[in-house]
Amino acid sequence: MIQTLFGSLDEKKEPSFFERMKEAVTRTRESLAERIDDVVSIGKEIDRNTLEELEATLIGADLGTTTTKEVLAKLRDKADRKQIKDVGELKRLLKEEMLAILAATGAPPARVQKGPEVILVVGVNGTGKTTTIGKLAQVLRGQGKTVLMCAADTFRAAAIEQLEIWGQRTGVEVIKTKPGGDPSAVLFDALQAATARGTDYVIVDTAGRLHTKTNLMLELEKMRRTAQRIIPGAPHETLLVMDATTGQNGLQQARQFTQSAGVTGIVLTKLDGTAKGGVVIAISRELGLPVRYVGVGEKAGDLLPFDPQAFVDSLFA
Amino acid sequence: MFENLQEKLQRAFKSLRGQAVLSEENITEALREIRVALLEADVNFKVVKDLIDRIQAKAVGAQVMTALSPGEQVIKILRDELVETLGKDTAKMKFSSQPPSVILMAGLQGSGKTTTSGKLANWLKQGGHRPLLVSVDVYRPAAREQLKVVAQAIKAHIYEGEVGEANTATVERLAKEARREAIITGCDVLIVDTAGRLHIDEQLMDEMQLLKKLLNPSEILFVADAMTGQDAVRSADEFHKKLTLTGVVLTKMDGDARGGAALSIRQVTGQPIKFIGIGEKYDALEPFHPDRIVSRILGMGDLLSLIEKAEQQIDKKKAQEMATKALSGDGFSLEDFREQLRQVRKMGSIKSILGMLPSVGPLAGMQKAADQVDEKQINRVEAIIDSMTQHERLHHEVINGNRRKRIARGSGTSVQEVNNLLRQYAQMRKMFKQMGKPSFARRMAGMKMPGR
Repeated sequence: MIQTLFGSLDEKKEPSFFERMKEAVTRTRESLAERIDDVVSIGKEIDRNTLEELEATLIGADLGTTTTKEVLAKLRDKADRKQIKDVGELKRLLKEEMLAILAATGAPPARVQKGPEVILVVGVNGTGKTTTIGKLAQVLRGQGKTVLMCAADTFRAAAIEQLEIWGQRTGVEVIKTKPGGDPSAVLFDALQAATARGTDYVIVDTAGRLHTKTNLMLELEKMRRTAQRIIPGAPHETLLVMDATTGQNGLQQARQFTQSAGVTGIVLTKLDGTAKGGVVIAISRELGLPVRYVGVGEKAGDLLPFDPQAFVDSLFA
Repeated sequence: MFENLQEKLQRAFKSLRGQAVLSEENITEALREIRVALLEADVNFKVVKDLIDRIQAKAVGAQVMTALSPGEQVIKILRDELVETLGKDTAKMKFSSQPPSVILMAGLQGSGKTTTSGKLANWLKQGGHRPLLVSVDVYRPAAREQLKVVAQAIKAHIYEGEVGEANTATVERLAKEARREAIITGCDVLIVDTAGRLHIDEQLMDEMQLLKKLLNPSEILFVADAMTGQDAVRSADEFHKKLTLTGVVLTKMDGDARGGAALSIRQVTGQPIKFIGIGEKYDALEPFHPDRIVSRILGMGDLLSLIEKAEQQIDKKKAQEMATKALSGDGFSLEDFREQLRQVRKMGSIKSILGMLPSVGPLAGMQKAADQVDEKQINRVEAIIDSMTQHERLHHEVINGNRRKRIARGSGTSVQEVNNLLRQYAQMRKMFKQMGKPSFARRMAGMKMPGR
């Protein structure tokens, strides 16, 4: 003000009112951690570092920036209403947020009245489809169900042999064709056999495929149509097998496979490593797809039902 | 591969355009976008933080000395940093002076070790080597069978051996036997495919160390999935600590994963990415060019790869013949047209070819157009020509109404589509004839090139 009186209007030195406004606005758009800074004023013990740490934890667990941002924003809303005393409380609220996302997903499909129930297993290359099928057969056999496996991965070298070994281990017959054969044709055979025998479950192994390969995705659509023709309502469950090490590309995988193959649930494999598999939270949030099972090893018994609480706890472990 | 990151960065830089000076303030927005883009591309968050800090330091300090626009300047700095991180040169394979050179393949389950082993053997064969493959994966069902099928497909030598019990002693024995086999059969490279293992599985990591001690490999390649997220740093780091890796193969790069893992792994191991896997066929392995990938990330296109691909895939003699023919009096037959379509498609889908063009500058629209390319349309054109008789292909003028109907039926298209194709073909033919005339060349020579 005084400067104006003295006629010194050097714009460069003193920020004008508008510049200050702009600065203030910019400040409110500061980075995520800084925005959550408001929380700090609520609980004295929670400082900026804590929030940065939480953000790093979530991003480091592969939740992705969008989901992380959203979860932390919701946390702030809660923090505004409640008094947050310490870091433990903050983490508890954060876990609640993530559990809410995971809980909002679909329930497992109702058991089919009259079998066979068809489970189609899909995913990109190397996620562990065949291994998961072996373990799933073990789970179902343990429940006293009859199971057939269908070796519809006719593409990858020795995929059929791999499934056959799992068949031997779990005492389940494998319906197969020659390498290079038509996956829909072997699916047709398997479903006919299962119908004739009154088998409870048919688990269908498919070739790993990148979700960007249009013709291979069309092949999955064809398999679905084939299944439907023989058993109305089939496939009753389509499981997308996803590697826990998968990053943000997992979202794209889930989107594309859901579009082509009608995914109804996810199996998260290789959780026995150090990867957290947080991308499934992003997937649940965006697509409402539930996680059904987790793979935790290479043995037949290493498939567990998904436990959201344990999963969310592990993100902070 | 990296299209999405590319778009995001371009959006970030749009806000920078037209600004006079590069200051801490005006690059904040761009840096924030870069941060999000890199994180979404699965670059590890610590690596991202590091990169952002370095870019910021350089960007703010460099403002006076350059004539580039602020946007261009940040792009340049970012580009240089990424190239720096990925390593500047294309990595070469190391061979030992005493054959056989041993290449040990290591990695997590499902990263693509067996397929990559096959591709690598194929690549070495093409380079005049005599590779021998061996799988010491005695654990996963049918893993050894898989490598055998792969070896047969590429006609490479393989040492099968007998497994007996699935334990480390067997692994060790198989490795020794394979090396002896390589020496006896005069194979100069031994590729050892190993079982996928978690970096925290001590027992299996010990087994890897044992293999290393036993075989003294000239290359220990870490095979990693391009879709890997934040955990890439941890697994790569552990493998590197235990084995001292010599290089990385990044697989499944033909998907739409942005491949930020490349940056993370390189940063944490300091070892070069030597190859990328770009498909399920055995020739789908390419040497890794950091500068090209970075150019791609930054929207400068991958023209070099495109040119190389064209050179490899297009039969030069055929192309020359066709050009001569098209421009001479004989003209350009439908047969030639089909051949040309096939040549172009050998390079990959039209979409992927357009995707390699720069998304900035005069070709900016082309990448967008790539999304609208209907590959099926090209299939239909080929089907229509396929449904013609040889005579019709060479003498298009005989194709009357009845023949058109037949062709449409045969190719599963409509008479209208056949008509369209014939019309386009006639136009092309006319154009080529014009170009072949000496007067055309004179006219071209006399013309001023725009923008010169």
